[in-house]
Amino acid sequence: MGKWILAVMPLLIAGLCVTAQVKKPAKPTAKPVAASSATIARGKALYRQYCISCHQENGSGVPRMNPPLIKTEYVLGDKTRLIGILLNGFNEDVEINGDYYSNPMPSQAALKDQEIADILSYVRNSFGNKASTVSAAEVTTVREAKK
Amino acid sequence: MPMQTTSKVLLMSVIAMTTITSSVFAGGPDKPGASVVKPDADNAGLKLPAGFGALKVAEGLGRTRHIAVTNNGSIYVKLDRAKNNNGILFLQDTNGDGKVDKQSGFGNYGGTGIYVKGDYLYATSNENIYRYKLDAQQQVTDPANPETVVSGLLDRRQHESKSIVLDDAGNIYVNVGAYSNSCQTQDRTQGSLGMQPCPVLDSAGGIWQFKADKLNQAYGDGVRYATGLRNVVGLDWNKSQNQLFVMQHGRDQLHDLFPSLYTEKQSADLPAECMYALKQGSDCGWPYIYYDPFTNRKMLAPEYGGDGKKTGGETAENPVVAFPAHMAPNGLLFYTGTQFPEKYRNGAFIAFHGSWNRSPENQAGYYVVFVPFKDGKPSGKWEVFADGFAGPGPVKSPGDAQHRPCGLAQGPDGSLYVTDDAKGTVYRIVYKAK
Ligand code: HEC
Repeated sequence: MGKWILAVMPLLIAGLCVTAQVKKPAKPTAKPVAASSATIARGKALYRQYCISCHQENGSGVPRMNPPLIKTEYVLGDKTRLIGILLNGFNEDVEINGDYYSNPMPSQAALKDQEIADILSYVRNSFGNKASTVSAAEVTTVREAKK
Repeated sequence: MPMQTTSKVLLMSVIAMTTITSSVFAGGPDKPGASVVKPDADNAGLKLPAGFGALKVAEGLGRTRHIAVTNNGSIYVKLDRAKNNNGILFLQDTNGDGKVDKQSGFGNYGGTGIYVKGDYLYATSNENIYRYKLDAQQQVTDPANPETVVSGLLDRRQHESKSIVLDDAGNIYVNVGAYSNSCQTQDRTQGSLGMQPCPVLDSAGGIWQFKADKLNQAYGDGVRYATGLRNVVGLDWNKSQNQLFVMQHGRDQLHDLFPSLYTEKQSADLPAECMYALKQGSDCGWPYIYYDPFTNRKMLAPEYGGDGKKTGGETAENPVVAFPAHMAPNGLLFYTGTQFPEKYRNGAFIAFHGSWNRSPENQAGYYVVFVPFKDGKPSGKWEVFADGFAGPGPVKSPGDAQHRPCGLAQGPDGSLYVTDDAKGTVYRIVYKAK
């Protein structure tokens, strides 16, 4: 993945954003978004601590109870919504990759913005996912908007 | 019962004028000794004690949860989610080879519970209990029009399934699982303390008793028969004791929620999955305590001031059997048949669905165990009875498991049926030694 740079469209058009994988140089307006190995390593360690019980080491989740984090529209889609799920938790009867999951997802708001950014960058670039990283600033923006 | 079943079987064969030679016809119900159906060459991929064999009677059915077998060996299974508008499948073996060759469906709702008693089939959604009238062959007469026995049971997503069993006195028992892990102010959130008293227990976290023959009952018409049970999926009425036995799913995530008090390893191994023998009014202690299977003590939950050392729940029931943590007992059956050897008579089979919150350890369970009983009490240690459901490899995550045992039922000839809600397999385990 090293030589590749993942870039988001400058604007998130509609809720479902399709992330494009383009060769460098990235579009000038795009933020630098390649997941550095340090980010991934931090994200992985935090994921292991805070998410692994429910979503499992390989992101496959638990049938009927906890959804997978593999190529779901939530993981790959709109980052604001994704960050919101971590800050607010999630407990709605929604279909995720064709199935329903009955456990509640607790809020992770106690984590720092940087920690949430690292976890989400890791998740969006693991388990077969490929998507732009999440920055601490983006988490801050969503947290502020929530207040 | 055997007399009645035989006459029904005879009647049916006369009416049908068929040349069916199913196991039931050939062997007669409850005939002691060997089964007449042939196990699969690989015993359906299962590892069983010597003398036993297994076959897959059906596969790919959907998320098959609980199962009921009629007095002529036909099968009702409840699907977790309705498939093609069918939440209940009716499976028949018309040529007697043990394999399902005729299938129909009805009941456009998902759910877990299903039970045959007398002239009715009872089935549950995650909120309601329905019943369907059965004919002499125990076939549903009007699948499109069930009667509602109870409606409005609590379903707040978590621990939503409603398992049922009936006693011999016209009562139906249903679990209403707690919509919470351990009654924290903020569910499953690190450090959040327990609500005192736990409000969940008013409407959930227990077993409710209703009248089996009264229609349209609401919550208030039922009795909270037993409380302090976090989530029960496997339950059975023990006929020899005339008593309700249940399997509790113990609490999750001791380490995640209280990392300074519990290591990951302790969290993987605590608390026990417990079997309880209930009386009306029993309190099994959730959420205030959990059971430690190593010290055999009731421990104060960390949400309520526990530290892994303080005990609690002096008045709470003690378990009848304590199993390893997180294995998720989803089916319980007291064996009353005569096909299996004497040792199994009146003992308990338990289907363990398999764990999910033992990470980063390998997951555990995914098998059917047996506990011998004498006079209503365990008379020996539990043992693994049927293993191999998950497949060859270690299970790191539940998704790695090829099959997950869920429901149990006993056939009229004493065969043991096991459902798998991962791939929709129905297994039949038989004793084949002559
Ligand atoms: C206690 C179990 C639990 C923990 C811990 C947990 N989640 Fe979840 N998560 C869930 C459940 C259950 C849902 C689905 C809730 C629903 O359907 O309403 C979910 C949903 C999600 C979703 C959206 C749906 C999807 O599958 O794409 C994402 C993304 C997610 N979780 C990420 C995380 C991350 C990252 C962490 C760790 C910081 C985490 N979760 C911790 C249980 C958990």
